[in-house]
Amino acid sequence: VSAQAAATASSPGRRAPLLLVLAAALIGAAATLPVAYLVYRAVTADAAARALVPLETTVELTVDTAALAAGVVLSSLLVGVPLAWLVVRTDLPGRRAWGVAASLPLVIPSFVAALALLGALAPRGLLQNLLEPLGVDELPEITGYWGALAALTLSTYPYVFLLATAGLRAVDPSAEEAARSLGSGRLAVFLRVTLPALRPSLAAASLLVALYVLSDFGAVSLMDYPTLTTGIYARYEALLAIEAAAILALVLVALTVMVVLLAARVRQRGAIYRSTPGAGRQAEVVRLGAWKWPALAFCTTTTAFFLVLPLGVLTWWTVTADPIVGRGGVDWDAALNSLGAALTTALAAAVVVLPVAALAWRYPSRLSRSLERLTLFPSALPGIAVGLALVFFGSRAGFLYQSFALLLAAYLIRFMPYSLAATRASLDAVSPRLEEAARSLGRSPLGASASVVFPLARSGILAGAALVCLSTIKELPATLLLRPIGFDTLATEIWAGTAIGAYSTVAPSALALVAIAAPLVYLLSWRDAWELGAAD
Amino acid sequence: MGGRTDVKKLIAALALASATALTLVAGASTAPSQTTSLTIYSGRDQALVKPIMDRFQRESGITLNIRYASSATLATALVEEGRNSPADIYWSQEPGTLGLVAARGLLARLPQKTIGKVPSRFTTRSRRWVGTSARSRVLVYNTQRLQAAQLPQSVWGLTNARWKGKIGIAPTNASFQAFLGATIHLFGESRVRAWLEGLKENDAAFYPNNTTVVQAVGRGDVEVGLVNHYYLYNLLADTPSLPVRNHWFRDGDPGNLVLAAGVGIVASTEKAAAAQRFVDFLHSRWAQRFIARGPGAAEYPVIKGVPRRPGLPQLSSIKGPKYNLGRLAADLTPAVRLLLEEGFIK
Repeated sequence: VSAQAAATASSPGRRAPLLLVLAAALIGAAATLPVAYLVYRAVTADAAARALVPLETTVELTVDTAALAAGVVLSSLLVGVPLAWLVVRTDLPGRRAWGVAASLPLVIPSFVAALALLGALAPRGLLQNLLEPLGVDELPEITGYWGALAALTLSTYPYVFLLATAGLRAVDPSAEEAARSLGSGRLAVFLRVTLPALRPSLAAASLLVALYVLSDFGAVSLMDYPTLTTGIYARYEALLAIEAAAILALVLVALTVMVVLLAARVRQRGAIYRSTPGAGRQAEVVRLGAWKWPALAFCTTTTAFFLVLPLGVLTWWTVTADPIVGRGGVDWDAALNSLGAALTTALAAAVVVLPVAALAWRYPSRLSRSLERLTLFPSALPGIAVGLALVFFGSRAGFLYQSFALLLAAYLIRFMPYSLAATRASLDAVSPRLEEAARSLGRSPLGASASVVFPLARSGILAGAALVCLSTIKELPATLLLRPIGFDTLATEIWAGTAIGAYSTVAPSALALVAIAAPLVYLLSWRDAWELGAAD
Repeated sequence: MGGRTDVKKLIAALALASATALTLVAGASTAPSQTTSLTIYSGRDQALVKPIMDRFQRESGITLNIRYASSATLATALVEEGRNSPADIYWSQEPGTLGLVAARGLLARLPQKTIGKVPSRFTTRSRRWVGTSARSRVLVYNTQRLQAAQLPQSVWGLTNARWKGKIGIAPTNASFQAFLGATIHLFGESRVRAWLEGLKENDAAFYPNNTTVVQAVGRGDVEVGLVNHYYLYNLLADTPSLPVRNHWFRDGDPGNLVLAAGVGIVASTEKAAAAQRFVDFLHSRWAQRFIARGPGAAEYPVIKGVPRRPGLPQLSSIKGPKYNLGRLAADLTPAVRLLLEEGFIK
């Protein structure tokens, strides 16, 4: 989001309409109040509740959670950045296809990734079945740290790939050319010029990955790697330990906020700017020559492991019956619920963030910026913390409790930051002169917005909606805590199946989830919307 | 890039879907008003009790809204919700959680007639809950790896190094916690803590529930597992060749604890008559027979005259420790605390 555009869009002379300010304030408050209540419950918890969060366990869980986040960030960078470089900068055969293959795992939620990896690689999984004739009757365990790392890398490296791709396209090639002309080798240029220029994109991508890992519940549960989220859930499920869950949730929120602050610092250091504004030139295409073969091997390996393997396992389970648990089918009611909830959330988020976005765009002030930040804050909140906060909230406000409205509220709080970031980014690209011209030609303020501003901002708003949809469909922990009685989604159905060990029977539902999510990713990549993750 | 038609399609899809979603919401908020309905909090597995729920709805015309979760989660929810609870019935896997909810005044007193139907060891004097079935803790073992004679005679024996890497347990399961609570009461906390540490030393594997423990024993991932006796029969119904059998420890061993699943009527219900009807149904001959001998079922009935599943030992022949189930409400909390402190629940 460029500050310059924001400055020209502003109308500092005019006072914001009171109604708009009130609406925005209401939304900012709604985004933060439940968490404030969570803090209140955690702080006022009695000694008995505190005893259920032993210091040793807390430290262990925090360290393990942080170690996993760091590991996944590193591995997703190691996979995503080279892929992006190969696709954007080289003459690799089939670049476009490799690019699509690299972004597709985005539709695979972490718990589905974990499920598929377990099915394929567990000590007595499908791979062992294949190797049986060779005398292999057991493969090593893949659960624990490395299993969780693999599943989460699968689900998150596309963030790095997509943001690095966008970043590489935006890097000014003249700095690289200057370095080359001064005698630096290609690797040195990449490490000393290209990589630092990518720093903001990679910092943003790393933050997205880290936030994903910190809030992940499904993959770490299936991989039996205890983290803060599983600790919170265990206390929620254990007897009368819900306030202990709140305390641990607070630890998780603190860790998340620290990660956000760290990412902001990394991002600001040592930026490299474009030498000229405006349309940049394309960077020179690197001819791979004989390096083509290792490059192709790398692309083939990552695609095989991160895309073909999980989808292959799910398909295999869908078409064959497991000897012990039999065969399952797609739960269509759950699919309809998933779709309905996701689209309702996306639509509601797009509408709800409008006052905040409009206020920040048209009437920049300390107040409007604070309200915007308040509304963006929950993007750093793990779903389980939001869910727990609303369980507390809802059980005291009886009529809302276990209603679809409360679940929707959780989705909205958690995901409306995406909508806000996208809407703001696209509004900033709209010159207020256009709106003023429409007004001068006799349009009402609302009429001018509807006929002039909205069409220009539409694609950004839709990209935000698509991201909200995608995130809602994949959401698990808050859904588990808040769903109304009898309201199953694909995510909860898959979860329930894994809990009773019926991995293969939920494969059709997992495939259905992936099939619903895939078009959304297409929409997103179609509109370079990846920068919206980067837009603070 | 450029895809104006995509945008149009997306808008059309969004509009259509939001209309669907709004109908869903409207439907959800208006549905339960005309016919009588009951909200059941069920700590019993859906897979085990769904036919009972279905049959009750058919016979009574009362619609059931059922929230399935662990007995402990539901007890916590009932306490958190207090008088706001939407629940009319709490059906739990074991008596401790029922006792805890009752101790907070959240369960109504049941009529003597209901209490009188079951043996006194499966209910309490305060009449806040009543047993619906009985079950015993057992050790399941893999018959391809082990002979019955090799099995330990006491649950304490599982800390022997001979069982290293071969034990499966479900620490979050309500019945496991009940067993632990009773054992803490009978033998003291330090002895149970030492036993848990011994299990850790033996690399006991943790599973999410009893079913997954029995499956793991069947696959040979572990050789023995601590569960309730009837999960085996549930899996045998689907896989008759499953190489798993139940083993009881010697008489009086805490590992043979006999527990009851039980039900209570939530005090804040406005549908006491319908709720009582549900409780009565659980004690009907049909429901008791289903609990005892339905497909995949093998619990002990609590109503006289209903036969147990063939092949099961007589309930009176299972000699658990001497323990009053009414105490469990008090003993469960230390058990859960111990599991959290020892990292069995992380």
